[in-house]
Amino acid sequence: MRYVIKEACLPDGQTADIVIQRGKIVSVGRAASGQGGTVTGEVTVVDAAGLVALPGLVDIHTHLREPGQEDSETVASGSRAAAAGGYSCVHAMANTNPVADTAGVVEQVWRLGREAGYVDVRPVGAVSVGLEGKQLAELAAMARSVARVRVFSDDGVCVADPVLMRRALEYVKGFGGVIAQHAQEPRLTEGAQMHEGLVSSELGLAPWPAVAEESIIARDVLLAGHVGARLHICHVSTAGSVEIIRWAKGRGIAVTAEVTPHHLLLTDDSVRGYDPLFKVNPPLRSAQDVAAVRAGLADGTIDVVGTDHAPHPAESKDCEWAAAAFGMTGLETALPVIYQVMVESGLMTWADVVRVMSSGPAAIGRVADQGRPIAPGEPANLTLFDPSARWLVVPEDMATTSANTPVAGRQMHGRTVATFYRGRATVLQGKVI
Amino acid sequence: MKHLLSAADLSHGEAVGVLDAAEEMAQATRERRIKKLPVLQGLTVVNLFFEDSTRTRISFETAAKRLSADVINFSPKGSSVSKGESLKDTVLTLGAIQTDAIVVRHPASGAPHRIAHSGWTGASVINAGDGTHQHPTQALLDAMTIRRHLMGPDPVGRDLSGLDIMIVGDVLHSRVARSGVALFTTLGAQVHLVAPATLLPVGVEQWNCTVSYNVDEALADYPPDALMMLRVQHERMSSAGGGFFPSPQEYTREYGLDSPRLERLAPHGIVLHPGPMNRGLEITSQAADGPRSTIVEQVANGVAIRMAVLYLTMSGLKE
Repeated sequence: MRYVIKEACLPDGQTADIVIQRGKIVSVGRAASGQGGTVTGEVTVVDAAGLVALPGLVDIHTHLREPGQEDSETVASGSRAAAAGGYSCVHAMANTNPVADTAGVVEQVWRLGREAGYVDVRPVGAVSVGLEGKQLAELAAMARSVARVRVFSDDGVCVADPVLMRRALEYVKGFGGVIAQHAQEPRLTEGAQMHEGLVSSELGLAPWPAVAEESIIARDVLLAGHVGARLHICHVSTAGSVEIIRWAKGRGIAVTAEVTPHHLLLTDDSVRGYDPLFKVNPPLRSAQDVAAVRAGLADGTIDVVGTDHAPHPAESKDCEWAAAAFGMTGLETALPVIYQVMVESGLMTWADVVRVMSSGPAAIGRVADQGRPIAPGEPANLTLFDPSARWLVVPEDMATTSANTPVAGRQMHGRTVATFYRGRATVLQGKVI
Repeated sequence: MKHLLSAADLSHGEAVGVLDAAEEMAQATRERRIKKLPVLQGLTVVNLFFEDSTRTRISFETAAKRLSADVINFSPKGSSVSKGESLKDTVLTLGAIQTDAIVVRHPASGAPHRIAHSGWTGASVINAGDGTHQHPTQALLDAMTIRRHLMGPDPVGRDLSGLDIMIVGDVLHSRVARSGVALFTTLGAQVHLVAPATLLPVGVEQWNCTVSYNVDEALADYPPDALMMLRVQHERMSSAGGGFFPSPQEYTREYGLDSPRLERLAPHGIVLHPGPMNRGLEITSQAADGPRSTIVEQVANGVAIRMAVLYLTMSGLKE
């Protein structure tokens, strides 16, 4: 199949026609439709006037829930949700059941991703056996497996033991791996339910202090600097975390960081109605924290956007706050949220969006063939985004199996119109194919 | 008012209206040999208590029965937090038997709010204490008690303007304190919180009240007209870090209401405690049983307040 994408706006602002064929971008330029190799088979013309063309998005932080929690998501349904959101690659977190702490499980997830065929599913391996924080999992076996794991994380729980963290950071240097830390000091957050501040004091919900995140990040950037290893910080949510990471980068420490769309958009004021749709780990923070993570993403202190897409079945949210699960879906609304919060506001350009949602995450995950520029010869992973579209989020209409989106009923700014994965259209006219 | 979920939801007019209605209820039942009023005849009130309670449940039950409502007491063994039947399914069950009002006590903050606003039921929801969030009828009965003692011989129509109300103790875990701060300030009083910093929530500095760590200094700085001692809530306290204060003895020395501190109150000053008391910890028996104590009266006023709240929520009348 050959696609001719007419008059797309490239991230640098230029308008071009993009021709893709046999999984590759064949040509990029004016009136390219007649050139760039022999025409074979069908040609589909996509009118992209007014649309922004981006390299396929890469999510560094996704929960696909399979194996073990298929009632909330499967690799197949999560892959479709990713495609719907403009992604061509996702990193599937390890907190499945069984935990992805062996070559066998990561290969299973990788294979399910290949079978689904909507995105590259890159399994994340657990740092510790069973996410228990006691013993290193067989990290090299996962790295050498067909899944070629490079990102390791106990996400959902913190690698709290400083010695285990040090060993993990050192060990993965042997194969270019990175430890993605869920920074949450466990003792400071026992039973914690929401960000500690005025709102928690009024609502009487057990508080989750910012320092529980910041103290772990401070420790780990020092450890990473000490042993000369790569460290990635998951879902940075506080102003203090941004400052510590900025300081560490200034010292030349190899730390990268991500922020979620919801921490860029929402504050702890959302919790006032006790609706568990707003219950998430780390918790929604104060307005000052939101301003700081926005600024940090814009100035590069925070490298990437990670969705932390965390589907849950209805009963895990249709209950009282304390009984509810932590987590929100995000794959299908990430790009509109980033567009509204960061681009429309003037904080970032489209080139910055490419950096934080495609090339940056691909570099952290060491994913070849993803996050590449839109240029001839590159893999045909592309997203077409219509910034002028406005749509209401209806949870039941989304590709994800779960409905726990924090932006239900909100108007989104912009919409993914088409996604191409290795030359195949996975989304056309806003519909997953 | 359809629900009563938080004392912070009450306007000044609504709050005074509830207190006045409670005075009417108290008078109506005091003057009758048969204490039943027929106003809620044929309506059903469910007392849904997920947490142990003696005085609050009995108080609500008495109030509903004095208004001639049918009362069902339901105390599920476990909440959904402990993997029993879910809160939603429990409430749907109550809906199926056509409940008009649900009086709910729950260990999870916000549970009554969820019951009222999640489309699970059309019944009125009255919060009888949720986690460490709110206990609005307690604040109302405290306000009624304070008003009776300190706002003149005929308190009807009056608020608590000009009073200094001091709340001492475990504010962190206290829904009574949160409700009290909201209601007393709405009614025009100045509230003073006194506690060790470990038992004050971060964020309290933005509440509409003064905060201090030293009882003796606070008694000098803000001589209270009403002094409320909070219960040390051992059952809600995490043992992490070895606890919130070094020892019961030290707590009593630093924050307990003993005779010397009692004697520093103004002649008209009264003492309140929401109960159940830890005698010898936050309050001595001399203070609890002395002439300034209104603790037993608080319980009696609780019935009148709950009659007023049931009446106002279930009959759909405004203040």
